[in-house]
Amino acid sequence: MLKTLRQIGRIGIVTEPAPAADEGLRLRAQLQSRILEIMGRALCIRAVDAGSCNGCELEIHALNNAIYNIEGLGIRFVASPRHADLLLVTGPVSKHMRAALQRTYAATPDPKLVVAVGDCGCNGGIFGESAASLGRVSNVIPVDVAVPGCPPSPTRILSAILTAISAAA
Amino acid sequence: MSVARWFEASSGVPGAPGVRALSVSGDQWRSAAEGFASAGGRLLALWADRTPAADLTVYAAFAASPGVLVLDLRADEDAVASDAAADAEARYSGLEYSFPAAIRMQRAIADQYGVRSTCADRRPWQKHSEGSAGYPFVRVEGEGVHEIPVGPVHAGIIEPGHFRFSVVGEKVLRLEQRLGYTHKGIEQRFTELSVDEAQRLAARVSADTAVGFSWAYAQALEGLARAEVPPRAAYLRALCLELERVQNHLGDLGALGNDAGFAFGLAQFSRLKEYLLRATETAFGQRYLLDAIVPGGMARDLAKEGAAALEQCIEMLDREVALLRGIYDEHSGLRGRFVGAGLVAPALAARLGLTGLAGRASGQDYDLRVDLPCPPFGELGPKKCGLSGGDVAARVAIRFDEVFESCRLMRRILDDLPPGPHRVAVPPPPAHELGVGLIEAWRGPVLVALTVGRNGRIHRCHPHDPSWQNWPVLEHAIIDNIVPDFPLINKSFNLSYSGHDL
Repeated sequence: MLKTLRQIGRIGIVTEPAPAADEGLRLRAQLQSRILEIMGRALCIRAVDAGSCNGCELEIHALNNAIYNIEGLGIRFVASPRHADLLLVTGPVSKHMRAALQRTYAATPDPKLVVAVGDCGCNGGIFGESAASLGRVSNVIPVDVAVPGCPPSPTRILSAILTAISAAA
Repeated sequence: MSVARWFEASSGVPGAPGVRALSVSGDQWRSAAEGFASAGGRLLALWADRTPAADLTVYAAFAASPGVLVLDLRADEDAVASDAAADAEARYSGLEYSFPAAIRMQRAIADQYGVRSTCADRRPWQKHSEGSAGYPFVRVEGEGVHEIPVGPVHAGIIEPGHFRFSVVGEKVLRLEQRLGYTHKGIEQRFTELSVDEAQRLAARVSADTAVGFSWAYAQALEGLARAEVPPRAAYLRALCLELERVQNHLGDLGALGNDAGFAFGLAQFSRLKEYLLRATETAFGQRYLLDAIVPGGMARDLAKEGAAALEQCIEMLDREVALLRGIYDEHSGLRGRFVGAGLVAPALAARLGLTGLAGRASGQDYDLRVDLPCPPFGELGPKKCGLSGGDVAARVAIRFDEVFESCRLMRRILDDLPPGPHRVAVPPPPAHELGVGLIEAWRGPVLVALTVGRNGRIHRCHPHDPSWQNWPVLEHAIIDNIVPDFPLINKSFNLSYSGHDL
């Protein structure tokens, strides 16, 4: 116990400042001011892997580490879409995940936001569209913000989330 | 016939060292599988291909001293299978009696090519073609038995898959997995790409094993093209492989602490992982090494400042991980959750073919870096880590041991890095020859079987993740445990969905 406490004290706070929103990532503007009224900056995210190679998931995980400290910004990941304000979706959307993604979207209460993550989420990436892959996330559900990268860095993903919850310029 | 005799009859295969191949008849196919099984050999992979003349050929790769043997069987030449009364459509003998892990691989071949083995399990696997009737899960009957369906969308930030638990109260009687949700046509996509473009796809079969798959792919391609990789490139690839191993182990050690209710562990290990990712980015220009390996060598050389950043980070990791291991070992709450959970005893592990990291925690001490070393591992002299406990505690301990061993190897690589070029040109590979790459990635042995067509595009590329072997063992590991221990037990294996679903 003493060792644990000493380690916590020795490391201290390692969190770095958050990035700014990036209007360039926005695909569509909803009634932002009304959404902001309801959500404020306390945001709940449900992450959905719709068929990715697991690369984007690694960077989404990193958002939770002490350095990016997404919870320090009032944003947290939740276990059910029914508790979520925003879906963070990685792709490409596999044919086998289409129904699950649509049902997750339907289960998320309005008003809701969707951020598509990674080259595959944005345009199908190297997997493209085929008999097994439906490609970009917006082929299956409406997308507000899309952040490219293979995988995008945690800072870019955070920037995309902050864009989704800021008022459209 | 003994294993040695099969090797004697075989001929060499380009790519990984120690791989040989043999064309067999139906009788030989069955007796070789039995021979390898009784000699303690392992099934590395099972896949199929259509030759240009449109015959289906089934391949099986076995590992046993002194190396790896790839058998190929023309499916129509298996007389026993065509006579099988039980299934008129069976075209080759299934290997499930010798190697239970073959079942799902045979089902995947049936999904892909419409050609079945004699195996009684004829359900679809990778492709969800069961239609509206739903997938026929095995039902457990009895008083008080009920089912818990989980997934495909899971509660955490994880890949999708479905788990069907049959439980009484808290106790799990049976777990049945339904995977294939991330099936996105990777093997089909390979055939649309040139050999150079395919390098990018190989790294994205399962991004947490990017180095494992991209090195195995490059090894197969370079073997076919008879290209000699310069020593400096081989050392840098080994550095990348160990970096990937440590990145994943750090992530898992944190998550395992967290799943046992010790959030401190997650906070500490994910901090260490982030620092390692940043040092990796300084060294190779990317946090995850998705595009570090290219045909013929490395995309870029390691500069002085990159090497310095890695050295500094490795020294820090050695110190910090030792401290955290002390805390994990002394934490009674963690011990209480880890010890005895998800037990796979060595005898069961051997029977089911548990492989890689999880195998080494259950007495299956195989490691390609030691058993069948490709350059530069022969010179580096890696030590094998092995335990026989077979529970979550053993799989945690193996990860700690391997982190320290990988740190030692990485220091050695940085000290002894040979001078010279980091890349050579790779001539066009010959058409319709089989090349095999084989790399001990962090989860276990990754195999890539590659054949190039006459147009310079890929004819067939089968990437095989060790998760194929280990997923079915997880179904056994959870038996008699309680449902709330499943996340912990599952994490202790940390298997790939994308690398398996393809």
